[in-house]
Amino acid sequence: MTYKVTEDGNISTVFLNGEIDMDVTEKAKEVILPIVESGKEVHLNLKDVSYMDSSGISVLIESHQKALEHNTKVIVKEVSKSVLKVIMMAKLEQILNLE
Amino acid sequence: MNIEESKDFLVSTASLKEVRTFSREVFEKINLPQEQKDELVLAIAEAAQNIVKHAYKDVAETSDRMEIKISLKDSDLEIGFFDKGKAVIPENIQHRKLDDIKPGGLGTFFIKQIMDAAVFKKDQKEWVNHLVLTKKI
Repeated sequence: MTYKVTEDGNISTVFLNGEIDMDVTEKAKEVILPIVESGKEVHLNLKDVSYMDSSGISVLIESHQKALEHNTKVIVKEVSKSVLKVIMMAKLEQILNLE
Repeated sequence: MNIEESKDFLVSTASLKEVRTFSREVFEKINLPQEQKDELVLAIAEAAQNIVKHAYKDVAETSDRMEIKISLKDSDLEIGFFDKGKAVIPENIQHRKLDDIKPGGLGTFFIKQIMDAAVFKKDQKEWVNHLVLTKKI
């Protein structure tokens, strides 16, 4: 997994790339959670994420919940078809902010 | 079409990508919709992850290997997982309730959604755990 972060005012966009599994979830959390904890709005762009398992879903849930704690939000954007299927299998499409 | 392929992997999160690659290569030989192949790869990866996460819980590093065997006989797909970690107590395996939104606890749920059955067998003397996932495809 690789990533890129861009800033635009109070919004940080995190572009994740590759496959998100248990091997890389700590790295993903290290990138995303400190931004959320700073109170910024985070846009998670998943257009280049080709695979995500339950560990990746856990990162999305943890990021979402951490955002609620810090009165901000995480918006999950440009979800690939395969990742959307996993999100829907977990019945999280109504819980996460998907765009 | 009949297939029987197996491969062993180091018990490590770093092996999960290799597990997916092996699974994808096997399913390439089977005429199935890509969506179903992706689901089967996810189920296999989740089961392999459970070995690393649960059978080897609190084991920082190991040289142990786990084996995955994918067999297809006519339309009966069987995927075997063999490991030498802590013995799994099948009755203790449960996924979290879906409306209890929190990180974790979804891997087993995904496996149950994708496969027809998941059964631990005690038929292998040289292994501690033998999980068998089956699905009619």
